[in-house]
Amino acid sequence: MTARTLYDKVWDRHVVRQYDDGSSLLYIDRHLVQEVSSPQAFAGLISEGRPLRRPSAHIAVADHAVPTRLRHLPLPDGLAARQVSRLQANCERFGIHYIGMRDDRHGIVHVIGPELGFTLPGATLVCGDSHTSTHGAFGAIAFGIGASECECVFATQTLRQRKQKTMRVTLNGALQPGVTVKDIILALIARIGTDGGVGHAIEYAGPTIATLSMEARMTLCNMSIEAGSRVGMVGPDETTISYVKGRPLAPKGPQWEAAAADWRGLASDPGARFDREVELDVSELSPHVSWGTNPGETAPISGRVPDPATEPNAAKRSKIERSLTYMNLAPGMPLAEIAIDKVFIGSCTNGRIEDLRMAAAVVAGRHVAPTVTGIVVPGSARVRLQAEAEGLDKVFVAAGFEWRDSGCSMCVAMNDDRLQPGERCASTSNRNFEGRQGQGGRTHLMSPAMAAAAAVAGHLVDVRQLGTLH
Amino acid sequence: MEKFVTLTSVAAPLAEADIDTDIIFPARFLLLLDKVGLGKHLFHERRYRPGGEPTDFVLNRPPFDQARILVADANFGSGSSREQAVWALADFGIRCIVAPSFGEIFYSNCFKNGVLPIVLTVEQHAQVMAAARSEGPMTVDLESQTIRLPNGPDLGFDIDPYRRRALLLGLDEIGGILVDDASAIEAFEAAQRRETPWLYLDDGRLDRLFAEEKE
Repeated sequence: MTARTLYDKVWDRHVVRQYDDGSSLLYIDRHLVQEVSSPQAFAGLISEGRPLRRPSAHIAVADHAVPTRLRHLPLPDGLAARQVSRLQANCERFGIHYIGMRDDRHGIVHVIGPELGFTLPGATLVCGDSHTSTHGAFGAIAFGIGASECECVFATQTLRQRKQKTMRVTLNGALQPGVTVKDIILALIARIGTDGGVGHAIEYAGPTIATLSMEARMTLCNMSIEAGSRVGMVGPDETTISYVKGRPLAPKGPQWEAAAADWRGLASDPGARFDREVELDVSELSPHVSWGTNPGETAPISGRVPDPATEPNAAKRSKIERSLTYMNLAPGMPLAEIAIDKVFIGSCTNGRIEDLRMAAAVVAGRHVAPTVTGIVVPGSARVRLQAEAEGLDKVFVAAGFEWRDSGCSMCVAMNDDRLQPGERCASTSNRNFEGRQGQGGRTHLMSPAMAAAAAVAGHLVDVRQLGTLH
Repeated sequence: MEKFVTLTSVAAPLAEADIDTDIIFPARFLLLLDKVGLGKHLFHERRYRPGGEPTDFVLNRPPFDQARILVADANFGSGSSREQAVWALADFGIRCIVAPSFGEIFYSNCFKNGVLPIVLTVEQHAQVMAAARSEGPMTVDLESQTIRLPNGPDLGFDIDPYRRRALLLGLDEIGGILVDDASAIEAFEAAQRRETPWLYLDDGRLDRLFAEEKE
């Protein structure tokens, strides 16, 4: 038998039907539903009079539009209140399990799916949200879809898809202290570009991967979409299996043994062929920060803002110029001199317990700079409760941060957590697009440790040098 | 879905790479619950100053304010999966977007809404961009898979045959799957339930599983 990749194996077992044109009808095992991409999909079902095929294949939660404070009060924004209540009403109508804002299972879809054991190795999982690639960390084929495709999954539990090409990203070496998987993915995107992975399903492999926790693997897969790939995956191993074991919706008893045995066989076969190979030695990597308006516009913290005058390609030159104008940065300026106003620690990229531990370790015994305000938004209520049990909330509050309830918050700025025009933010989120964190806001992407260090210093800084700033 | 067969229109040139869906449709308008009427928020930050007065953005300038074709640049529609980006373009009147490359989810979303995204080579794209700037009308013919530029030549383009047919006929994809593939889906589920039963959280069981967890 020919050697197959992880992607091949999961794909092959979900093909309902192969069409003559080479596309496939792909079965979808799991669908995470949120308030922003679902109202029009439910409306489509209703107007066509179609039933929802398998209610138990869906879980719903409102994460984008919800406020992260004063959750016991009615939502202050009428449009947000209407969107959240519409989700709940649609779930009641169609029999979907809905997790409310004050439920202790609440959180960002991409944080709670794995926490609840809804995300499983070898499954296909979709959500009307591009960061669904996160769940590929478990060896699932997971990808973001539009609202029309959400409607198709509601009605048919399938999607008509073409198989992607495959790209293997092999990571070698051990990360230095203070350098994290966020720096790996930012460096990778800077290297292959924000469209470098278009048309490809990425598999992250190599010796470094085996050492990474599930939280770190999720951060990596999460940002695959920022390299243009809808799908980012890691082969299931014992780290994966022990994470899933005992989760509320994970298989139990004899089914558990059968499932775990099945998952151990999903890894790419030796000799499996990938359409594209990329290798990255992470041992010399230093912390990265973004300077521009897409995640590819990123450099090591020791670097400088690029000078468009030295860029020979006219299109690239004008893109750099545009980014620097929006970001209000001078060419050649050291990145470590960029002063910030806000710090955001959270999101589906970096809102998990390990992320909060890393940030708390940096700010413990220190205080945010007087010119800076910072918020910490746990990715879920479980993460918040765990952090509180470890006393991390007290560390953040003592350092001058605000400690919030779970949600997408300032990563997408659909609630009241947003930058004012011209404000500059050190952010652990995934997108530094124009206006992403609020109209006219300026975003610098980085790891939780680096964002915490920036909060203390009042400017971007190499977290490894923070000790000398006291 | 609205059919797409041929379209003749001036084309608006937008020569900027990496236009993401946050630029096309800013997140704060995502609280709206409908597909229609979103055109007024299309490219909002580019089209309006903070006070609300219009800028000289290409879609605000005649004749491009009437354009039904958008000639964009590389990696158009990257980022978020929000289908509102396509609904807003369609609501504004844009039915065809020409670019060297697209964000994948955006590209897929276009076909669900009667909007034709065309990928061209860099050389062909430069010709179409130049023609767009000349303000002459061009014709996109999906049947023959050609773009007819005002002063020639005709440029051919590739498109997935299934997606082409779906646009030409205005097919209801969901209805098609329900009619043609219902028995295949049922057979698949029966087999999958035997082979990987843990993927089935039967109706009602979710609530029970969570309730057991709490005890």
